[in-house]
Amino acid sequence: MELVVENLAVARGGLTVLEGVGFWLAAGRALILRGPNGIGKTTLLRTLAGLQPEVAGSVSAPPESLTYAAHADGLKAVLTVEENLAFWAAIHGVGGVKDAMAQMNLTDLRARRAANLSAGQKRRLGLARLLVTGRPVWLLDEPTVSLDVASVALFGAVVRAHLAGGGMALIATHIDMGLSEAAVLDLAPFKAKTPMSAGASGFDEAFA
Amino acid sequence: MSFWEYANPKKFMQTSSWALPWVAGLSVLALAGGLVWGFFFTPDDYKQGSTVKIIYLHVPSAMMAINAWVMMLVASLIWLVRRHHVSALAAKAAAPIGLTFTAIALVTGMMWGQPMWGTWWAWDPRLTSFLILGLFYLGYMALWQAVEDPDTAADLTSVLCMVGSVFALLSRYAVNFWNQGLHQGASLSMDKEENVSDVYWFPLLVCISGFVLLFLALVLMRTRTEIRARRLQALLARERLA
Amino acid sequence: MIALLIRDLRLAIRAGGGFGLGLAFFLLVAVLVPLGVGPDSSVLAKIAPGILWVGALLSCLLSLDRIFALDFEDGSLDLLATSPIPLEGVVAIKALAHWLVTGLPLTLAAPVLAVLLNLPTPGYVWLVASLTAGTPALSVIGAFGAALTVGIKRGGLLLSLLVLPLYVPTLIFGAEVVKRGALAMEVGVPLLLLSGITAGAVALLPFAAAAAIRVNLR
Repeated sequence: MELVVENLAVARGGLTVLEGVGFWLAAGRALILRGPNGIGKTTLLRTLAGLQPEVAGSVSAPPESLTYAAHADGLKAVLTVEENLAFWAAIHGVGGVKDAMAQMNLTDLRARRAANLSAGQKRRLGLARLLVTGRPVWLLDEPTVSLDVASVALFGAVVRAHLAGGGMALIATHIDMGLSEAAVLDLAPFKAKTPMSAGASGFDEAFA
Repeated sequence: MSFWEYANPKKFMQTSSWALPWVAGLSVLALAGGLVWGFFFTPDDYKQGSTVKIIYLHVPSAMMAINAWVMMLVASLIWLVRRHHVSALAAKAAAPIGLTFTAIALVTGMMWGQPMWGTWWAWDPRLTSFLILGLFYLGYMALWQAVEDPDTAADLTSVLCMVGSVFALLSRYAVNFWNQGLHQGASLSMDKEENVSDVYWFPLLVCISGFVLLFLALVLMRTRTEIRARRLQALLARERLA
Repeated sequence: MIALLIRDLRLAIRAGGGFGLGLAFFLLVAVLVPLGVGPDSSVLAKIAPGILWVGALLSCLLSLDRIFALDFEDGSLDLLATSPIPLEGVVAIKALAHWLVTGLPLTLAAPVLAVLLNLPTPGYVWLVASLTAGTPALSVIGAFGAALTVGIKRGGLLLSLLVLPLYVPTLIFGAEVVKRGALAMEVGVPLLLLSGITAGAVALLPFAAAAAIRVNLR
């Protein structure tokens, strides 16, 4: 069980933003991605999640092992906290809704509609979704946005428990989540030097 | 030398810059010859009088309206399978031309129909299917316009073109069915090809070849424009990043 | 998959889901047309099949852009695309949910509205039959259009422009069934053709729609 990324190049809007990215993540380990805004952290995570094709290089991971938590939480405002979580649990065919709510401190809010949650509570619900996917590799894009200090610590503990259970996490964040054991990968050196088109046949640079 | 070499934009630009004047010139010659021959040197029809001569515009443009869509379908498939950008841009370039041919076919059809049928518009199966074809062209072009990323737009319009082709064919048969279901057959057959005599047929052939060449020339010209626009975008994007 | 269907139905029925808007629109069409055309019952009887089908089609169109746009905006579509359910299945389920909250109610309401339009008595059975056979195609074709336009801001108008030409065969055969049924004529052929289009659309369009969504998520 490992995630191996070799010589990966990713593109946003037809232009390559990162190239030559490579790392290796073993079970139970976390990797924190750093880099200035616009370097391509989100693009990298979306590519790893399989939402967009890689320009070059390879990603090898066991099938259906990755799950992605983006800026948008994928919550339905008219459903309650429990209904939102139960939906994603059913989609992934796993249980553990009650346990996930307990871990993210949502049990008291279970009957409240997502529309009536605060931004931080919504975020906690979005992150609790990770626990009901049953997937070992978590791809987290700025997971701590709008979380207060206590909630950051709470989520840090959840990630650590996930790692202890043999899971993995790839986290793009600027905030210290208390995961001192996690390795850090600075993306700045991988910034694409020759911004090429992502077109399959290198169409644009035939002219540019 | 493989045919796919022309899918390279540079090669395409070179070849088309050489071919374009010839194709355009030939199309002008064929159109001028065919139309003059057809309009001034053929006898009036005994029943339809000189109105019949609009056939030299109507039939070729109607043919090209359909052929342009077929060409777009082929180009879209090439894009989806082989990812040649020139192919996608050629499909994009052909759509407004196809729409224009559809409009010409409809308008000349109305002008022909008015003295013959006594009405500008009848929901004849052929007229109706061309109107629907025009709607398909409109939707296709609107989708190209609406999507910002050129590769995304090429993918989406290709899928639309494939699905649209199936539904356009279905519509054609549905419309036939629908009109027969309502009335007896149209009082005047539009199938001119069967009863047209050689006197009309030869100039018509010249006109058809002129329209084919005209379509080719316009597609080449517009594809070249699209390639240049794409190149400009690439240069601007590179400049922004540098 | 069932969970997705249940969620979509729940979302449609709860506040702000827009359930019933299509029905209300259908009712308005059936009321406004006689006001515009005049109360002559023989004229109304003649145009009733067409009006009922066009009305059902337009009501269906109203809610199409919600099929994927809401899930796209809140990130659910990204998450569904990475979930164990194939995207083709997601499309099929969402089209089914759309049919259950629009097509099915329209089919059930149509005979009531047909009274307002003086549809001749033999036509009622065929009205329900043709809508039952045809409205699933409207939902699936609509889902395909919605998939094409999911990434476009304010794509509603474009969606109508793309979808309406695709609705032509369904509309023609559907209205034809009712027209012939109302005159107590043989309806077998158009009804079979209508069902054929629906079967083909349901079988194939989810694949095209899923491909379009993948392109749009890139």
